[in-house]
Amino acid sequence: MEEELDYIKLASNKSKGKRPYFHDDHAVERVLNITMAIAGELAVMRERMDSIERLLEKKGTVSREEIENFVPETPEQEEQRQSWHSEYISRVLRIVQQEQEEMENPDKSIEEIANDINEM
Amino acid sequence: MAKNLTPVWNKVAKHAMLPETTHDERARYNFLSNLNKHLAHVSHGTKTAYETRVAPKFKKEHGRDIQSRAELKAAIEQDPHYQIWSSLRRSTMEMRQQAGRSLTLRQAKALRDKAAALNEGKSTLVLNPEVKVPEYLLAVDNHIMPGSYHTELLEGDVAPAANYDSGIFVTTAGLIGRYNDGGGKAITTWVRQNYPDFKPKRILDIGCGLGHNVLPIAKAYPDAEIIAIDTGAPMLRYGHARAMDLGYKNVTFMQMDAAKTIFEDESFDWIQSTMFLHETGGKSIYKIMDEVYRLLKPGGLTLHIEQPQYTDDMSEYEKFMRDWDALNNSEPYWSKMHDIDPVELMEASGFKKENFMQIGAKAENDLVEDGVNAEEPEDFGRSPIWNVFGAFKK
Repeated sequence: MEEELDYIKLASNKSKGKRPYFHDDHAVERVLNITMAIAGELAVMRERMDSIERLLEKKGTVSREEIENFVPETPEQEEQRQSWHSEYISRVLRIVQQEQEEMENPDKSIEEIANDINEM
Repeated sequence: MAKNLTPVWNKVAKHAMLPETTHDERARYNFLSNLNKHLAHVSHGTKTAYETRVAPKFKKEHGRDIQSRAELKAAIEQDPHYQIWSSLRRSTMEMRQQAGRSLTLRQAKALRDKAAALNEGKSTLVLNPEVKVPEYLLAVDNHIMPGSYHTELLEGDVAPAANYDSGIFVTTAGLIGRYNDGGGKAITTWVRQNYPDFKPKRILDIGCGLGHNVLPIAKAYPDAEIIAIDTGAPMLRYGHARAMDLGYKNVTFMQMDAAKTIFEDESFDWIQSTMFLHETGGKSIYKIMDEVYRLLKPGGLTLHIEQPQYTDDMSEYEKFMRDWDALNNSEPYWSKMHDIDPVELMEASGFKKENFMQIGAKAENDLVEDGVNAEEPEDFGRSPIWNVFGAFKK
């Protein structure tokens, strides 16, 4: 049996080369990245809500009260919801994972690599 | 209608190899292409900051103007608007990779199996595990794409290509068409209009990636034999499977280094590269051009779609901003290639100066009504407006 890819971790990997920072304080940049990822996920949720609301309006089959009271009904549904949270958090905290990867595997700057490549 | 809207991602052309997407994954791409477009449209802010704050401050402190790109870089990096714009742009590109990889890697095995089924028994896909990935590709992950074009997380992996194919729409904010082939279409149209009697029988595309820009050439010259080469096996597996599904029969995808191919001297009528040379290396680019010269038949044509070269009349600010993507979106050789004179590059391989040509090409985009993109603000390397250089071998 082929091993499963840890796609959640792999998706947030850093790329080769030291990450450029633009703010004097790296902490600012870290928080900005986390914030922008959350902004993205809010946009994703807004688009999904838009789809749901349009479909509800079109079909008129589900009431708002039913949605309000819904909880997972099977272990599969529970797992799906928790996987979503796990992937969501990994996406939002991508930069922290990448800083850790940089610490574990210190890298050259892209300018140094440009000079290296220029000799290749 | 609001201005500057990007097309929705679901307008991207569907084919058997395109990764499946959930509602949220499509929404994530929509968010990111909008964010990208937003940052392109606010990028004038860095110019304003440069002209109104950075340059005057430097002059006041030093009693003279900024004279080099290094001085400009040191000065502008202190500016808060440049800092926030740059950090947002970098973050957007990292999120684009994260979004593409998360949707691709979760279905990596299924994609691999689909490609294997489409590729099985076909003589038009020729992989060669002996081919080494050139060191210039191993040195960096181009476009901050972790693992670049060649890394295989699974045997028979196609995920790097699936990520590239599904997400380039985001990077270009939908400006290069439903099949991401705006560059290939533009060059095909240009060649047919300018050389209607040019009837190439054998065409080579070097650094083809997943083949998105060679397919318009294959369509325009259905009787020609077309060979597309790349060193990245995942790109070739995916590209071949994609071409099969889209019904192309006249393209052979081969794993090969463009600097050392196995083809005979003078065996091609047309050799094309599209956004490839700036991802090579300072010595390799000359070796590749030597190989192009060797492979071209007398009277044959070679064309290379690239970003504009730096010229003397280009401001240091513009050069600096064009270097931004090269260094901060990891296409580092681009920052060096800007300074090469393409005439000198081609002459070094044997092409004659009087046969050199240079043209501008604008992407053809079937995502917009008339096929021509609206005027976009200068986005320093992101805009789908390219420089094409090349020559006939005479």
